[in-house]
Amino acid sequence: MSVLLDVKNLTTQFNTEAGIVKAVNDVSFQLNEQEIIGLVGESGCGKSVSQLSVMQLISAPGKITNGEVNFEGRNLLDYESNSDEMRAIRGGKIAMIFQEPMTSLNPTLTIGRQLTEMLELHLNMTKEAARERAVELLKQVGISGAESRLDDYPHNFSGGMRQRVMIAIGLSCNPRILIADEPTTALDVTTQAQLLELMKDMVSKYNASLVIVTHNLGVVARYAHRIYIMYAGNIVESGTTEEIFANPQHPYTKGLLKCIPRLDEEKGRKLVPIEGLPPNLINMKSSCAFAPRCSERLERCLTEAAPPLRDIGNGHYVGCFEK
Amino acid sequence: MTDTITDTMKKTENKILSGESEAPPVVSEWRRFRRVFFQRKLVMFGLIVFVILIFTAVFAPLLAPHDPYRGDLANSLVPPNSDFLLGTDIQGRDTLSRLIYGTRTALLVGFVTVAIAATIGNVLGLMAGFFGKAVAMIIMRIMDTVMCFPFLIFALVLAAVLGGGIQNVIIALSISLIPGFARVMNGLTLSIKENDYILAERSMGASNFRIMFKHILPNAMPTMIVLITLQLGTLILAEAALSFLGIGIQPPGAAWGSMINDGYRFLLTNPILSFAPGLAIMIVVFAFNMIGDGLRDALDPRLRGLL
Repeated sequence: MSVLLDVKNLTTQFNTEAGIVKAVNDVSFQLNEQEIIGLVGESGCGKSVSQLSVMQLISAPGKITNGEVNFEGRNLLDYESNSDEMRAIRGGKIAMIFQEPMTSLNPTLTIGRQLTEMLELHLNMTKEAARERAVELLKQVGISGAESRLDDYPHNFSGGMRQRVMIAIGLSCNPRILIADEPTTALDVTTQAQLLELMKDMVSKYNASLVIVTHNLGVVARYAHRIYIMYAGNIVESGTTEEIFANPQHPYTKGLLKCIPRLDEEKGRKLVPIEGLPPNLINMKSSCAFAPRCSERLERCLTEAAPPLRDIGNGHYVGCFEK
Repeated sequence: MTDTITDTMKKTENKILSGESEAPPVVSEWRRFRRVFFQRKLVMFGLIVFVILIFTAVFAPLLAPHDPYRGDLANSLVPPNSDFLLGTDIQGRDTLSRLIYGTRTALLVGFVTVAIAATIGNVLGLMAGFFGKAVAMIIMRIMDTVMCFPFLIFALVLAAVLGGGIQNVIIALSISLIPGFARVMNGLTLSIKENDYILAERSMGASNFRIMFKHILPNAMPTMIVLITLQLGTLILAEAALSFLGIGIQPPGAAWGSMINDGYRFLLTNPILSFAPGLAIMIVVFAFNMIGDGLRDALDPRLRGLL
């Protein structure tokens, strides 16, 4: 498998009154062709910002201060955020689905209009061709009566159906990468499962790669090939899904796994929450951000700079000192 | 035993994962518009007045029983009778005919002015709200400066400087009205652009221009339509005021405002000279406001389901 998206040392910071917030701090990750990766972490750990940075959709006071986003032989950060090249990539090559299906569609335009808009924009389709394609897309994402529903407005759709429409819009121009930013967080569990299944099918149908951003390890367990665990703007552990679940190395990953129930465990195990709260990201020290909450903390964790990701074999990397 | 349970679980899972959903019945947008818009009596009243107004303006020469401009001093200040239904003014001109021709002035000034002011004001407000920073600073400070003066005073000064006549009245009123539109549009843009669907739109590669005019503007339309219809009323009043003060439509042109002015000297003897145009202004302004309300309710997609 060849590397499709190679993000290197990406740093995005927000300059606020109180100080500099490094929402994404020296983050590197790779996405292979036709691969599904999961980006997991708590709220405010920089998952979404890292993906928005890839798309250059960070608005003031946020700023991408360092890094490379290599995609199809180009570094996307070389382009201006509002340049024609970047606009062609957004939607055309890399598409994004957002968390809130209820507000992600323009309430004043019909579903059909919003679907065809991108086809006309990126693929220069005629109105008729775009409409035909839109019907096809709606059918593919499982909306019945697609033909007539094109003329409906978003409020005629339920949350799950809107997210289906978002998936259709996201994949309409045949992008190489689909970034799903907490795509199922606002939906109930049955709809969640439906949509994840749909996304997996659609992505493989279109030979695209998928990035699932989520705070829920359960969501990615079934679908992701590889998982990146993020904490306070850093990637603390990465590896194949099997490795992460079977052999978690970072205390944070272990903590995450300990606080969700599993079917294959012994009876009577208590769920253990991670103590404390994620740190405030303003003017962070360079030592390990998780150290204050860590149950396996060493003296050096608080004094020395956080260790870089260390290869422990099997494509498994962990950002923790060797014990 | 366990096999059957697993089997049932699998079946349910497959059913759920395939996402079988039923489409709700589709309601035609047009039907909803008609229902909401035509259902209310006041809106219907506004609409009827509006239609009559347009009809009157277009067919004024056919409807007017007399020449609205030709005076006849022998028939000066005649009280209402079978020939002059609303009597005549000091120069012996038929009040009804002048009232009928006055609709042309009122509608022309109202529509053209609101079109000019809304177009310029909305574009300025949209740009200020969307781009922010220096663009907003420059545009909105100019608008604020204009807004320092009361609407009518500013229009009055402009009209006085430009001189009378329908064209200059339109220019004066447009300029005075632009800041109002820009202000409202600026505020709307600031709030609309924070919506998730704007970010989603940007993530799909839409240009600034597309986002501004295809996504923000339609969402501002319900508010804008109400503002436009309300301003139509205000404009007809303002034109009347300018004409009343003698710097609007110049004689012998027929305008309701100047008719009130001409008539008010005879308020005690021939009250109808002022009352008739005054009543016309009142009814028209009221009608426009009602239409504005009805349009908003019928067009606003967010009110769907409620109305």
